[in-house]
Amino acid sequence: MWLLRLAAFLDRIWLPPLRLLRGVVEALGQHMLLLFSVFRWAVRPPFRLAVLLDAMVFIGFESLPIVLLISLFVGAVFALQLSSALRTFQAQAFTGATVGLALARELSPVFTSIVVAARAGAGMATELGSMRITEQIDALATMAVNPVQYLVVPRVLAGTIMVPLLAMLFNCVGILGAYVVAVGVQNVDRGVFIEKAQWLLDPNDITQGLVKSVVFGCVLTLIACQQGYHATGGAKGVGIATTRSVVGSFVTILVLDYFLTDLWLTASGKNG
Amino acid sequence: MAVSKWQIPDDDPQPKNDRYHIRVRGIHKTFGPHAVLRGIDLDVERGKINVIIGGSGQGKSVIMKHLMGLLKPDQGHIYCDGEDLVPLDEFALNRVRKKFGMLFQYAALFDSLTVEENIVFPLVEHGDPESGGMDARGKTLKRRFFSRAELSRIAQEQLDKLALPQVLLRKFPSELSGGQRKRVGLARALVMKPQILLYDEPTTGLDPVSTKNVDDMIRDVSREHAVTSVIISHDMASTFRIGDRISALYGGVIIESGSAEEIRRSRHKWLREFVETSGAVQMMPCDEKDLIVDEAI
Repeated sequence: MWLLRLAAFLDRIWLPPLRLLRGVVEALGQHMLLLFSVFRWAVRPPFRLAVLLDAMVFIGFESLPIVLLISLFVGAVFALQLSSALRTFQAQAFTGATVGLALARELSPVFTSIVVAARAGAGMATELGSMRITEQIDALATMAVNPVQYLVVPRVLAGTIMVPLLAMLFNCVGILGAYVVAVGVQNVDRGVFIEKAQWLLDPNDITQGLVKSVVFGCVLTLIACQQGYHATGGAKGVGIATTRSVVGSFVTILVLDYFLTDLWLTASGKNG
Repeated sequence: MAVSKWQIPDDDPQPKNDRYHIRVRGIHKTFGPHAVLRGIDLDVERGKINVIIGGSGQGKSVIMKHLMGLLKPDQGHIYCDGEDLVPLDEFALNRVRKKFGMLFQYAALFDSLTVEENIVFPLVEHGDPESGGMDARGKTLKRRFFSRAELSRIAQEQLDKLALPQVLLRKFPSELSGGQRKRVGLARALVMKPQILLYDEPTTGLDPVSTKNVDDMIRDVSREHAVTSVIISHDMASTFRIGDRISALYGGVIIESGSAEEIRRSRHKWLREFVETSGAVQMMPCDEKDLIVDEAI
């Protein structure tokens, strides 16, 4: 009897984490299968340039206003916080350099990806989810048009191309916001701001942010497409797919960011 | 087997057959613990209107998706013009799918495209269905793609054929009525000149007059374009009005298949109740003791 109780107790302790682990492994497997399918169909004709351009406009151009607005204020608030903190050590001159470094390496790729995941990713998951439950995806297949090639490949490609471009703009506008606050409000010397930023910032830092944003752009569109493409259960299912797409993208971007940073620093010999 | 299956007549067992366009043999399909199809045998007659009837959740749509290669069976064979679709990969299936057109239950028109763009979508993707292929020396011929003006003209012609006003061309699917959506869906399915047309519950949600119009449309299309039609339905009035061959699905198997008269003579208790409950069709009288009672599912 006590053995049964022990087994039941152990079940209660171990089963939920095991189920969670199984869920994570399954989700990872499904995303890898979709990625494989994207690679497979991306190199086969027909190449639908118009569909790709549409996706690039939706993901890139239409995200531009919100990305620029956020980047301006992210740069500004970072400059405000840093100049205030650095004043304690009489090191206000490093405000521009520090904000520039943070933007190039971390803030631009992460913030841009999160904005795109919230705006375009959610939109894509909803669109594909609605197409799934109204049989539009099946209709594509019945017309001998591969749905992955028509719907997923252009979106993943567009995300991979447009997110790095947006991240670079984020960099520029972010540093502009920092400059305005540091020089205009916090009275940091203009020449010192620029000189220190140039001294500390390295092309390697920009490359790091660029590589991250390429990976994040691909991952966030893949997650959005995977969730929408496999949506089930009517309007509620579409809502669940959209929520999962946004939450999944945020978590994945932040987790991947840590590992990519670690990998980058190790590869460039700057890690511990 | 607790359900009495329809016995395939052994008049012509060959998969490639002049009389039968599609032959389904021993299809099984399970979703998780639920066995939906348990050995489907079905013949689809070439150039005729073939109707598959059955209750909700019996697997009619699952059969339809198997015919198009949208689902793979766990076991069994589906022959289309003698070619088994089951082992084909996605690329080969796309070649076979060009023989098919499908009208979905709610038309499945693309929301983001206008009616005109929906109708010509397959032509934009695949070009002229009468071009391409191979010449006498086995050389692959280039497929011809239509100009924008030609596509526009084709869309107008399709609307005319299906008695729809030209004003619909610039509208979006959300602005159409249920019957109009189905007609536009049919126009899209017909534009590639398919050999086989599949209809997924074409009269569901329509009033009696629209139902009769859709029935007439299916019959006209079948005659004028000489296509093989496969309809899944639980609308008995419609089925017995237009069906040349009717197959009844129950318990994951086909329990009866034949002409409307043969179906009316069926001894299957479930089928008799199913047909008679509609109130639209009367079955031939049958002694209680001769009835075949299949296991309830």
